[in-house]
Amino acid sequence: MKVMVAVKRVVDYAVKVRIKADKSGVETSNTKMSMNPFCEIAVEEALRIKEAGRASEVVVVSMGGEQCVETIRTGLAMGADRGLHVITQDSSSLFPLAVAKLLQALVSSEQPRLLLLGKQAIDDDCNQTGQMVAGLLGWPQATFASKVSISDDKESVCVEREVDGGIETIQLQLPAVVTADLRLNTPRYATLPNIMKAKKKSIQRVTPEELNVVIGSDLEVLEVTEPPKRKAGVMVASVDELLDKLKNEARVF
Amino acid sequence: MARVLLRRGSNALAARSISGAGARLEWRARRFCSDGVQERESMDYDVVIVGAGPAGLAAAIRLKQLCDREKRELSVCVVEKGAEVGSHILSGNVFEPRSLTELFPDWKKQGAPVEIPVSEDKFWLLSSKHAIPLPSPFRNHGNYVISLSQLVRWLGTKAEELGVEIYPGFSASEVLYDDNRVVGIATNDMGIAKNGCKKSTFQKGMELRGRLTLLAEGCRGYLSEEVIRKYQLRKQSGAQHQTYALGIKEVWEVEESKHRPGFVLHTVGWPLNTKTYGGSFLYHMANRQVAVGLVVALDYQNPYLSPYEEYQRFKQHPSIRPMLEGGKVVQYGARTLNEGGFQSIPKTVFPGGALIGCSAGFVNVPKIKGAHTAMKSGLLAAETAFEQLSKGSEPAKLDSYWERLQNSWIWDELNAARNIRPAFHYGLLPGLAVSAFEHYISKGKLPYTLKHGRPDHLSTEVSKKHKPIDYPKPDGVISFDLLTSLYRSNTNHEHDQPSHLLLRDPSIPEKVNLIDYAGLESRYCPARVYEYIPDENEKLTLQINAQNCLHCKACDIKDPPQNIKWTTPEGAGGPGYSIM
Repeated sequence: MKVMVAVKRVVDYAVKVRIKADKSGVETSNTKMSMNPFCEIAVEEALRIKEAGRASEVVVVSMGGEQCVETIRTGLAMGADRGLHVITQDSSSLFPLAVAKLLQALVSSEQPRLLLLGKQAIDDDCNQTGQMVAGLLGWPQATFASKVSISDDKESVCVEREVDGGIETIQLQLPAVVTADLRLNTPRYATLPNIMKAKKKSIQRVTPEELNVVIGSDLEVLEVTEPPKRKAGVMVASVDELLDKLKNEARVF
Repeated sequence: MARVLLRRGSNALAARSISGAGARLEWRARRFCSDGVQERESMDYDVVIVGAGPAGLAAAIRLKQLCDREKRELSVCVVEKGAEVGSHILSGNVFEPRSLTELFPDWKKQGAPVEIPVSEDKFWLLSSKHAIPLPSPFRNHGNYVISLSQLVRWLGTKAEELGVEIYPGFSASEVLYDDNRVVGIATNDMGIAKNGCKKSTFQKGMELRGRLTLLAEGCRGYLSEEVIRKYQLRKQSGAQHQTYALGIKEVWEVEESKHRPGFVLHTVGWPLNTKTYGGSFLYHMANRQVAVGLVVALDYQNPYLSPYEEYQRFKQHPSIRPMLEGGKVVQYGARTLNEGGFQSIPKTVFPGGALIGCSAGFVNVPKIKGAHTAMKSGLLAAETAFEQLSKGSEPAKLDSYWERLQNSWIWDELNAARNIRPAFHYGLLPGLAVSAFEHYISKGKLPYTLKHGRPDHLSTEVSKKHKPIDYPKPDGVISFDLLTSLYRSNTNHEHDQPSHLLLRDPSIPEKVNLIDYAGLESRYCPARVYEYIPDENEKLTLQINAQNCLHCKACDIKDPPQNIKWTTPEGAGGPGYSIM
């Protein structure tokens, strides 16, 4: 069984982000980029499924400009077998629906039985791509996975999901889409020998045109600004004053 | 050159530790759970280079260029503890392109990020209110204002294009020996928990064996210091101890109207007193970015001094503040640098390898430049290594690298500048006088060589002799509290790992540092790693926040009893500099 994992190149989580001067987005030049942490968790899960003998091949796919190749190589260095790079003009115009359509096209040519993604990217926090691609494919979906178990006959997968009320356990027929949450696993380090081996693994390049997908921007970013600075707190002298401020200034009730 | 004299009054602990001889604990921070159980994998290379900085990459590139030219094949591996090439690189920087031109004569056409020529070269003596312009002792015409981190990243891509294997995110934590010869290095075990046990992600370190090993770890390199001690490299060259300074730096983005690309300013005087050597720099880079920082020599005497706070108050000077107002800080960082110059150069060759760059110590202190000499030393070592490895004689020897160094312009330059920094040992005014004399008139040609004073860690006086310094509170606009600044360094470490800052004797901080020196490490560390916190009995105890560490090495240098030892944490940790 083939497992496909979609990964995204984002600003590293430890970096203090800055806004570009023209407010069009976050400054990414001269900024450290890494694989999205939830995508790393998804890759790790795919590798564990393969190591348990439930999958024969793990394919890592990413979309964007030339530098995505680095992110795919990280996935290969962790242990994935092959990479797929959908090369686009630049990464900033790739909204979740476009990514979902590209993934739909890739799935129909690669025919994986399981599509793993991170639950959301830490740059846009959309939390949409997994759900959208499941909808486009007509596949069952299990998001916010904290445990994934493929059945012995490889026909279904049992997923524990972290939801607001607790843990929900559902069983899905394969093929299915699963998105990874934080507690699913701890990703392995890429070892030096594996990094060296990864250089020899193949990364296939494909364009949206070849996949018959039109990357439309149905969304337009108007402006990106920093969150407003926290204002200093105000000391109140009495409960009456507090109620007055809550009602008339904060308009809480 | 005569050996350093131990001054009377140094306490017993310090005397023992700087003698170098006698029992010295071998640090194997990460081996407790993994000793002997698992064999390490190993890979063989012709040349293994530790550190992807200017020296390491210049050496790697030169080796591959020679391979191309002479139609030979040599495998070259560079291992780097930062998460990316350039992550741990911090420098002023006004760059003298001499060595870059030797490496790539067409660097401009190749798009090296060396674009802003120095346009103005100012030098001020500051008092608390005034700025007195002095004739600039620098001749920066033909030099460029750059971000060294950016240049190193560019060098990294050039090296990879030539076939150098670069592995960022791996800490070289051990030198491998075979019968007294260095045969390579080993990387850290990864995935060890705080309590020393293996985690599920445990990965054994790997051995990278080289016919030759070049150590290019920068100032106070972890493995370099071990090798210098083991082979007594300072004794071999008759060198004095190394002396150091701590540089604290920010890159600001300023308003268009305030930006003067190529503007270079250095100051001396306020806020440092006449007994404390140091000065500030302010360089206008490209993209409305301004590099600004303060360098404080680590032989300062007052344990209450905080280089970070001195830097914050420096920015409030009436002539400096307007240059930054309206701007915002993009990145922050700190790193120590060598100031020993000529007198402190150890023998740079040992069996199986060599020291290049700041690991040996080639900073020209009066010029405040070390990148050009670091790169040149890398070139010389590479040329020697290529020659020796091509001959095929085993074991390969780099002895002629030491000779080449002495015949190179590095030697001439450092020799000419050798008396300037030591002159400041007598105070600011004598220092300025001697340095003016040396710089304009004698140029190092007179047959005297001033000595360095005590080693930095012995220079601190007890806190009884000094008063705490009342530093101004940060205003949040020009000056900032340390943790806000630290956030801007993008520093991080995997938190569940053993602390990489080791104490030889865990009781010393409370017994010695706190009582005699008022806990000075809580003041000089630019990352708030060391804090004295009251425990449940209200007794002050040292807390080490290793996760904050900027890898500057100030603690390894300055700790009076030399009790703190900086070791390599898990790879990929540390600061994330991109335009420093």
